[in-house]
Amino acid sequence: MDRPKVKGWSYPKSIDQFPMGSTCKSDHLTSINAGWRTVKPVIDQEVCINCLKCFLVCPDGAIDKSSKELEIDYDFCKGCGICAFECPVNAIKMIEEVK
Amino acid sequence: MSKQKKFICGDDAVAEGVRLARPHVISAYPITPQTITVERLAEYVEEGSLKAEYLHVESEHSALSCAIGVSSVGARAFTATSSQGLLYMAEALPYASGARLPIVMMNANRSIATPWNIYGDQMDAMFLLNSGWIQYYVEDAQEAMDMMIQAYRLAETKEVMTPVMVNIDGFVLTHTYELVEIPEQSLVDEFLPPISMPENSMSLESPKSLCISAGNDTNMEFNMKQHFDMLNSEYFIEAIDKEFGDKFGRYYNGMLEGINMDDAEIALITTGTVTGTTRVVLKKLRKEGKKVGLIKLRVLRPFPVEKLAEVLKGVKAVGVIDKNISFGYEGTVFTNVNSALSTMENMPKTMNFIGGIGGRDITKEDIEIAYEKLFEFLQGEKIERVQYMNVRCDY
Repeated sequence: MDRPKVKGWSYPKSIDQFPMGSTCKSDHLTSINAGWRTVKPVIDQEVCINCLKCFLVCPDGAIDKSSKELEIDYDFCKGCGICAFECPVNAIKMIEEVK
Repeated sequence: MSKQKKFICGDDAVAEGVRLARPHVISAYPITPQTITVERLAEYVEEGSLKAEYLHVESEHSALSCAIGVSSVGARAFTATSSQGLLYMAEALPYASGARLPIVMMNANRSIATPWNIYGDQMDAMFLLNSGWIQYYVEDAQEAMDMMIQAYRLAETKEVMTPVMVNIDGFVLTHTYELVEIPEQSLVDEFLPPISMPENSMSLESPKSLCISAGNDTNMEFNMKQHFDMLNSEYFIEAIDKEFGDKFGRYYNGMLEGINMDDAEIALITTGTVTGTTRVVLKKLRKEGKKVGLIKLRVLRPFPVEKLAEVLKGVKAVGVIDKNISFGYEGTVFTNVNSALSTMENMPKTMNFIGGIGGRDITKEDIEIAYEKLFEFLQGEKIERVQYMNVRCDY
């Protein structure tokens, strides 16, 4: 997986150190965002035919195809289940997350 | 040095000022209530006397959105609007100020619907006092032109980086003609250096995310920074006006101008063109030996709290002329003035004179009546705190 990494951002000590306006360097992700997920998609690589349908329909762009096998970026997956619904070979199962 | 003078209307004066400021892009929507300022600028671009891109957009909302795009890549942007046009672009105003983009806009103050007309009052700009834009109000066409040049210098000052709205009274300035001195381009170029905004503009070399979201962990601090920088811009407004005065021979006294305030017992506070009429009345009343004064508020955001309290020291009663109504309360400038004056040890009595709505004249007689009412108010007579000027029926 070669997705953008969350870069640390240390909270400014004073207001002066805040950016001038709502502007920052591109690609500067300051936090992950997956907190409201209750079920997570898991790909059965044995069944997956690599058709990339899930990659196309994921509303959060959380499916990564940079490696040989498709991977899900759980830092940003919200657990909506669209990938599992659309998968033509039922390779994706939604599994309840217990924390 | 020969000085060029032209007999032009306020719209032309603004266009001359903008041409001298050399914006890269002008975006505007030409429909009533738009002014001929943008028509002149289109002619300048066509004839080549202004090297700029002229974008004829499909709405006022697009006009400002376009200026936001222009400013985001570090170019100088201009747009102009009026009345309902300003209200239609309202949604984009805090985007420009929040992103700290130094856009300059002329707003011709005209009445708003409904009942609508095309005459002048200041209801439109008062809606947007909270938009994060610096707001100037000018008295005549010369000041309108000069403030276009000052506005760019101020907006682009590193510590300020805030868009500026220059308000010129509809009809009284947009449709009347006067002699205006046009400064030399070389002097303006010295006064207004090329735009530079390395921190908040993007380029291919420095890709940026603009108008980012900020959660409740940082959002308040972003807004506080914007607020503090706006408060501090008062210093630069004063300094830039002084420097302008030294260079071009016209000084406007920064945030506000006090006239005959040294020994004044009562004073009127004005914004925009009604100041000129009040100056004439003031002269007459002074000749009659009355201790009256006048304060012309030039900037409403940031609001000159300390300067106003300072100039009103020793004054016993103050009247505020408002060309707007905040429905259900009073005139907006009055509210702002009262809060500023509450910082004084001996706060003067205050009265509000609401007038000029929908372009109704505020005459010399009306202003004389206002001064008289202030004297009566001071002598303890029971008078309604909020007065309406030149009303044509009982109420």
